[in-house]
Amino acid sequence: MSIIKVTDINKSFKKGKLVLKNINLDIEEGEIVGLIGPSGSGKSTLLRILGGFEVIDSSSSGKIEILRHITQKNGKKTTSCRHSHQYIGVIFQQFNLVGRLKLLTNVLMGRLGKIPSWRGTLGFFPKEDKMKALAALERVDMIDYAFQRASTLSGGQQQRGAIARVLAQESKIILADEPIASLDPASSDRVMNHLVNINRTDNTTIIVSLHQFEVARTRCKRIVALKDGEIIYDGSPENISRNDLINLYGVESADALYA
Amino acid sequence: MENTDRLGLSVNASNHLRVKWPEIFSKATYIFVIIAILGISYFPAEIYRWPMIFTDAANMADYLSDFLKPNFGDLKLYVIKMFETITIATWGTFLSIVFGIPFALLSSNNIAPKWIVQPIRRLMDATRAINELVFAILFVAAVGLGPFAGTMAVFVHNTGIISKLFSESVEAVDMRPVEGIRSTGAGYIHEIIYGVIPQVMPLWSSFSLYRLETNIRSATVLGIVGAGGIGFTFYESFRAFKYSEAAAIIIVVVVTVSITDMISCQLRKKLI
Repeated sequence: MSIIKVTDINKSFKKGKLVLKNINLDIEEGEIVGLIGPSGSGKSTLLRILGGFEVIDSSSSGKIEILRHITQKNGKKTTSCRHSHQYIGVIFQQFNLVGRLKLLTNVLMGRLGKIPSWRGTLGFFPKEDKMKALAALERVDMIDYAFQRASTLSGGQQQRGAIARVLAQESKIILADEPIASLDPASSDRVMNHLVNINRTDNTTIIVSLHQFEVARTRCKRIVALKDGEIIYDGSPENISRNDLINLYGVESADALYA
Repeated sequence: MENTDRLGLSVNASNHLRVKWPEIFSKATYIFVIIAILGISYFPAEIYRWPMIFTDAANMADYLSDFLKPNFGDLKLYVIKMFETITIATWGTFLSIVFGIPFALLSSNNIAPKWIVQPIRRLMDATRAINELVFAILFVAAVGLGPFAGTMAVFVHNTGIISKLFSESVEAVDMRPVEGIRSTGAGYIHEIIYGVIPQVMPLWSSFSLYRLETNIRSATVLGIVGAGGIGFTFYESFRAFKYSEAAAIIIVVVVTVSITDMISCQLRKKLI
């Protein structure tokens, strides 16, 4: 069953300058997809559209279906769009935790969509939700930092906290927008391990945009390459050709990668 | 070497040495505008009467001689009245914070839609534009003489100020954590409570203390129009030519205001 279905979408921020051109994408449940491409190729924009943070350009055929619900069409969000936040977890490059709140509170934010609104408003989180948040922190090895302010944690720790928030959300889809772009290699490894692990054990569908082709090649079963807003490759990491890599990264870096 | 001038600089670099007439002209214009504004205001503000400060120095000396002998005979009354002034400022500030927060959120461009922001901002502009003393006169007419009129005056005027200060800090928040909360399926109100409020809390507390400090200062004059507090006591002594008592009241005000300023300053340092 396809969990995300993108049909003929375009996106422009300035009139006449398309950031995404005629994108078609079909993603099956349980896939882990690496989204690669140079800066400005439209990776983030595509993820932000799927996450419901940006709206597609209006056109007759363009639409987005997530879990068989249309979330965007005719250049507008549908009523299911806000609802779709509940089963789409998002991981951001800059973690997007609230620095002045405790890590546990940040992770509890993942439960806000599942509990009655008044409880979230007053901060009365039910016990089972707190348990879920703690369990999520345990899973990413961050339980010892539960009562520290998020701003006191390192980048890698914050990103693992953000993963815990997504876990607490019990989302079916995780969109990770360059989750390791501001982390050191060791932290990057841990974060990617957690993502791959979540994909395997929970069968969560993951789309992760990455700068480094190497990481995408080793961690993802499918690669979608974007250049200038167009998909130039969609398939398994083994079949990507030297020409595709030259097209993406230029001759020199492509040769280094293809060795 | 391509084009260099006699100083050995490239043409491009030596361009920076040229006298820039447009820049000099625009600076001269600023200075001229300031002089013109001061000139226009010279007669309406009666600045031409400045020599009187010296010719009428005798009157001043008269005043001063009485003021230099402060009479603390009624100190107990002054302290009670000063306390009343502080309570007016405290309740006025508290109410203006309670009502100012929703107005602040509604007048922030990153929280509320434009068609709400603009009217709310104009409304808040109006309450800010009208001085506390004017509100005090209006409230004395409406609810009668006494501290309650003063409290309402502080409250209404200050709501406008609080809402402007608070909304400026709301507009400066980092929207990324707010987006992070939206991504979890949280509601709009949750985005504000968990995404915005924690970020602005230090500034909001600091602004609130600062406003309390300012309001204690401005509440000291509200009594002049009968809206309670020490201002009334001062005005009475002054009108009865009891300058030494008036002087004692001024000293009580200065000491109290300095103490509250110091306390609030210390507290604010801890907050930021």
